[in-house]
Amino acid sequence: MEFLSDIASLINSTLRISTPLVFAAMAGIFAERSGVIDFSLEGKMLMAAFVAAVGSYFLGNPWLGLLLAIIACVSLSMLHGFASVTYKGDQVVSCVAINILIIGLTTALAAAWFGQAGLTPTLSEDQRFLEVNLPFAETLRDVPIIGTIYSDILSGHYIFVYLAYLSVPLVFWVVFKTSFGLRLRAVGENPSAVDTAGINVFAMRYKALAINGVLIAFAGAHLSTAVNANFFREMSAGRGYLALAAMIFGKWHPKTALVACLLFGFTDALQIRLQGVDLPVIGEIPVQLIQAIPYVLTVVLLAGFVGKAIAPNAIGQPYIKER
Amino acid sequence: MAPVDKSKVPWWVSNLIVPLVNLTLALLVSGLFIFIAGENPYQAVRLIIYGSFGYIEGFAYTLYYTTNFIFTGLAFAVAFHCRLFNIGGEGQAYIGGLGVFLVAVNFSFLPVPMVWLLSIAGAMVFGAAWAFIPAYLQATRGSHVVITTIMFNFIAASLMVFLLVDVIRDTAQMGPHTVALPKEQWFPSFKDFAALFGIKIRYSPLNISFLLAIAASFFVWFLVWKTRWGYEMRAVGHNTQAAIYAGISPYKNIIIAMCISGGLAGLLGVNEILGVHHKIVAGFPAGYGFTGIAVALMGRNHPIGIFPAAFLFGILYQGGSEVTFDMPNITRYMFVAVQGVIILFSGALENLFRPQIESFFVNRLNIKASA
Repeated sequence: MEFLSDIASLINSTLRISTPLVFAAMAGIFAERSGVIDFSLEGKMLMAAFVAAVGSYFLGNPWLGLLLAIIACVSLSMLHGFASVTYKGDQVVSCVAINILIIGLTTALAAAWFGQAGLTPTLSEDQRFLEVNLPFAETLRDVPIIGTIYSDILSGHYIFVYLAYLSVPLVFWVVFKTSFGLRLRAVGENPSAVDTAGINVFAMRYKALAINGVLIAFAGAHLSTAVNANFFREMSAGRGYLALAAMIFGKWHPKTALVACLLFGFTDALQIRLQGVDLPVIGEIPVQLIQAIPYVLTVVLLAGFVGKAIAPNAIGQPYIKER
Repeated sequence: MAPVDKSKVPWWVSNLIVPLVNLTLALLVSGLFIFIAGENPYQAVRLIIYGSFGYIEGFAYTLYYTTNFIFTGLAFAVAFHCRLFNIGGEGQAYIGGLGVFLVAVNFSFLPVPMVWLLSIAGAMVFGAAWAFIPAYLQATRGSHVVITTIMFNFIAASLMVFLLVDVIRDTAQMGPHTVALPKEQWFPSFKDFAALFGIKIRYSPLNISFLLAIAASFFVWFLVWKTRWGYEMRAVGHNTQAAIYAGISPYKNIIIAMCISGGLAGLLGVNEILGVHHKIVAGFPAGYGFTGIAVALMGRNHPIGIFPAAFLFGILYQGGSEVTFDMPNITRYMFVAVQGVIILFSGALENLFRPQIESFFVNRLNIKASA
């Protein structure tokens, strides 16, 4: 039975660890489907983590922290849009600028306001999100298999975990089943055709970026007000890039991107498990090398050993309306 | 606003006035950040100028930082001419440092100048090798170099910490660093040089790598603008389809551009290891690789622009450390944020006021010409 509970806890942590990746990948799908490259997921996630932690600390309510994080991330998305949609600047440069700016700004402000270490104060229980126990989780715990699945794997997560997995079908529905989604995809594939049809390309891209900002804010808030009780320097640790890789690997589709996110989450959960474990044949792998596994996996996935990824046709190109 | 005829815009407007306006905007926004952090921006500027120019050690530090930024700035610029975003300068520099150290240790039987030359080669080869895999994947599989090079930064950091902890650590010491190189292999420093003229300096990290950086600038200028390969590479960057029609292989050029870029980033390891630390210290690239992006974009990816941009960042870094001494609310991360703002205004938002400025000057010149 110990083996079974090991598996259960591994799946449990996979679901938890994948959560920010899922939000970020869904956010990425909106931006990139509209034809705007978004490498700034990383910076926005970090910004959301910082703002959510600080907001919740001062206002005493994690929901208000989340709200501020959403405002901050949408603003950053608008900045990206301003530079790369309106002013037709280079989209990758704009993202790199946002990422470096946020790494510096969050740490500098945390240090200026709360002391030199660049940490925000630890949040008390009512300033952060707590685990949600699903109804009847306790009563069902002893039922074989169903009990394990329901009580040990599905129950007891932070609200963000449930929201993340709910967001996937929602994003799928919006992108593939609504007229908004059709326009969104069209803007990313062939903006001039969309323009001819009387749809404002710029407005569509700004709308997509706004949704992108809302979604990525959840990822950051999950990091600093749910799994951790404070913000620390560079706490996003490359998750924005991992999510982007997952999205590309998932060919800009919510469902396949979700699978890739879960794969990353699983590798990370396994990586944490393997630290300090004496493996047969190989022996104990040094912890620094184990920690590099998700990053190596990203490169391997991007190398596309499972087929080449085709990006939206107009991605990365500013739309220039003919005069 | 109607676009201006590009050929009528004088070079100094687009290459001097516009970047300066963008830089000014960036510095104004940065001043706002310092204000938000609870300090006086005007006081901070005074401290920056004093720290970087006010005394000889400070100025030497400014030039030492400039050296690093020239290397990483050139690295980013070379790849950028091929439309590749090599943001992996950090990792390439880290691995380049490994190359320097391994060569210096294993060839210590050779005369010192030979060791230096081989170490420089080692830095370039190791840096280039670290850039090769992302380059290869970009060329053959279309895996975006921005993500792969960032991942290679993380992997390089893990690998180097692993090596420094478990493999090449100086076992007599606690910290994660290697043994020091023999003293005769150290690069002559500004301190030695000043002593020749009877000037006493306590310590200075500035060393002859500065000259290497200037040589590298000439090398890049020659390579990119004066050789056939440089032309091919720029052609691929400008218009890949047209380049293919002209019989230029994008595949080959992407890989060469990235490898040269990685090699230049690797040279940072020469400055840091032969010139300053004399051993590999964990985390020695310290963000210089990222700053190189800002340096290159500000310098418009040309060595002549990169030099002043690197110098400006040298001032910001050295002056910035003076600020962090005197202003408890400011940490060095504030200057990371400043870099971000500079990249934003001189890179992504460079078109913000360009049309206005250009048409302003073109109109004035027209008036002058017709008068």
